[in-house]
Amino acid sequence: MDVLDIARWQFGIITVYHFLFVPLTIGLTAVIAGLETAWVRTGKEDYLRLTKFFGKLFLINFAIGVVTGIVQEFQFGMNWSDYSRFVGDIFGAPLAVEGLLAFFLESTFLGLWIFGWDKLPRGLHAATMWLVHLGTLASSWFILAANSWMQHPVGYRYNPDTGRAELTDFWAVMFNRVQLVTFPHVVMAAYMTAGAFLLGVSAYLYMKKKHEADRPLYHRAIRIGAAVTLLAGLGVAITGDLQGKVMTEVQPMKMAAAEGLYETSSSCAPFSVFTVGTPDGKEEKFAVTVPCLLSFLGTGSVDGEVQGINPLREQYVAQYGDDPTTKAFTDGDYTPVIPVTYWSFRFMMGLGFFGAGGAALILWLTRRGRTPGVRWLGTLGLSLPIAITLASSWGWIFTEMGRQPWVVFGLMTTESGVSPGVSTFEAATSLIVLTLLYAVLAVIEVKLLVTYVKKGAEPFEEPPLVKVGGSDDDRPLTFAY
Amino acid sequence: MELTTVWFALIAVLWVGYFCLEGFDFGVGMLLPVLARDDTERRVMINTVGPVWDGNEVWVLVAGGATFAAFPEWYATLFSGFYLPLLLILVALIVRGLAFEYRHKRPDATWQGRWDLALIIGSVVPSLLWGVAFANIVAGVPIGADKEFTGSLLTLLNPFGLLGGLVTLSLFATHGAMFVALKTDGEIRHRARDLAVRIGVVAAVLAVVFLLWTQLRTGTALTAVVFAAAAAALVAGLVSARAGREGWAFIGTFVTIALAVVGLFLALFPDVMPSTTDTAFSLTTTNAAATAYTLKVMTWVAVVFTPIVLGYQAWTYWVFRKRIAVHHIPTPELADAR
Repeated sequence: MDVLDIARWQFGIITVYHFLFVPLTIGLTAVIAGLETAWVRTGKEDYLRLTKFFGKLFLINFAIGVVTGIVQEFQFGMNWSDYSRFVGDIFGAPLAVEGLLAFFLESTFLGLWIFGWDKLPRGLHAATMWLVHLGTLASSWFILAANSWMQHPVGYRYNPDTGRAELTDFWAVMFNRVQLVTFPHVVMAAYMTAGAFLLGVSAYLYMKKKHEADRPLYHRAIRIGAAVTLLAGLGVAITGDLQGKVMTEVQPMKMAAAEGLYETSSSCAPFSVFTVGTPDGKEEKFAVTVPCLLSFLGTGSVDGEVQGINPLREQYVAQYGDDPTTKAFTDGDYTPVIPVTYWSFRFMMGLGFFGAGGAALILWLTRRGRTPGVRWLGTLGLSLPIAITLASSWGWIFTEMGRQPWVVFGLMTTESGVSPGVSTFEAATSLIVLTLLYAVLAVIEVKLLVTYVKKGAEPFEEPPLVKVGGSDDDRPLTFAY
Repeated sequence: MELTTVWFALIAVLWVGYFCLEGFDFGVGMLLPVLARDDTERRVMINTVGPVWDGNEVWVLVAGGATFAAFPEWYATLFSGFYLPLLLILVALIVRGLAFEYRHKRPDATWQGRWDLALIIGSVVPSLLWGVAFANIVAGVPIGADKEFTGSLLTLLNPFGLLGGLVTLSLFATHGAMFVALKTDGEIRHRARDLAVRIGVVAAVLAVVFLLWTQLRTGTALTAVVFAAAAAALVAGLVSARAGREGWAFIGTFVTIALAVVGLFLALFPDVMPSTTDTAFSLTTTNAAATAYTLKVMTWVAVVFTPIVLGYQAWTYWVFRKRIAVHHIPTPELADAR
């Protein structure tokens, strides 16, 4: 393995890992803020108990999301210094703005929320969590704008004097057409994850004899969670469909790679649900296909033309492969790794549909206050947030692997972005240290989550009524580390 | 003033914010085994920074992002060049951040002891290494014609760099002790004040040597004034601490750190990363900068949002203004769960 391979593995491992925590964080801030607001407005004890219980689980999850996020920002410079030099003028701005607008908002108001139960009036306390949620949305917006630019560069010019890409239109980057469909897709997936988490944990506790007295509480939470999962799941499907259309236009190779479609299909391209083929994916031995579905996914019409991998590769070789001095040149292939794109696309969709289907089933089972007598309710419930989180992972693996060999589509290959001055030893140390550390943290995190889930929601305890800054009496803090 | 100069100044401001704020978080973390006598006192210390440490840490993320956006070449050379120290800092910041959040999650002493260790190491390592990194940036490092760093880890571990590390380490320890004295009540408050003065004297000696050395290397008349003011602020802070004026004492170390950082940036200007290979290869505010358009967009964002951020961060400190004492610490969670 050379530095390029190591850097790519590191990026893949730590980014996928980081994003295991991100959707739940984004979604749960909204769910918790909603529950707390419901408590403030109705005074129903259940809502506060759920707020506090899921707040605790949220913090266990959030902590890892935050600390692994720092690595994200640093590794562009550490492992991808030529990429950073080439695109910094455009790519750096959303990152900086993300820090200033989003990270400060999230971290400051989360501190107020965690420690503020005896320092802030109730309405204001709930508002701090809404502000945290606003911060997560702002963060998503800017980082996805940066990523969308890598998929579909706009608002820039290439300056041959400096050999860099330069920003010419900030708003074009902020409202990139890829961004406009990616942002809602990612945010909807986050709500779906959080809804399923609320549903799954509650379904698990609902089935436990130890928590029998709290069955009405968890029944309520199951219903809320299932409704959020289904509604958001619908949003994911709609925005995913829109994404497919935009992708077919701006990155036709990625759509072809999603299906493993080698030759252009002028109309009614089929979509295979499942294929057994040769290891290189070029020959199919057995497949279950839906006629015309690929044309519909890519173009919105069953008659639409979908370009194939082979003609696109020839086109890219002619377009970019003639001048080895440019950053768009590769002597390799202008095709992504087809088995990876093919299967990641299917895993994403399959796991997503499983999540939505499970939520629909549980919503039906619990209709009109019914108490489902099925023993597998808890297991199915807990599998839903896991499935949906993995669907997000596969979605990103598809998006990023489907863009290869580019790091910035049509402009810069991944191989030309790697740091030239970093040694194999340095890169390998970083990969090994971070991977091992992350593995240990995963074990600790899961164990803590299990402990706290099993404990269930605390009994209701009325928070003190205070003005800003807390009361004057000398009582112990409501919450302390 | 040119926008490149404005952004050089803004990045200096971000580092000032980071070191002045996270500096005391680090100090509190590293003094955990020294100042606290038992678990409740350790929790008193941790809770003085509990609500604010994460917001304080964001300053470094914004500093990094702003460097990426405003000076991409600086960001690329610095981060790929100072690879292993930055990796160590990252690992330290990861375990330290989790220590805050996870330490109290289990009642058993082994678990808490491990997270205490994570918090201590996670505070000492970045405190030392940020100083090493900054000293090396100011002194210059080998950079080739292609703007790439050509040294190794050992290049950075020179006497000047190591002295810089000791200065930040001892200054943050002093700053942290001042913060504990300001934010706690009871015995620990007095212990913190005494300790602040004792470490502060060491920090003062190290800082004066380091700043003098910097002054002799790359100083100007202006940096001399700023460095002298930094030293004076430190002395004033220590005198205030001895007199029991904790607010003024904390302001003293705060201003010391701020002025020291400002002075280092002034000593650096107009370079951002001088090359010791050939001054022609030095990265400067001009040759490392983004385009005027990017800087203009970023300036607007900074002008509008920085005051808002400062406003709500200040408000947070006001909300959590009360001193914490041993009797404020509630029973640990899960203590009844087994």
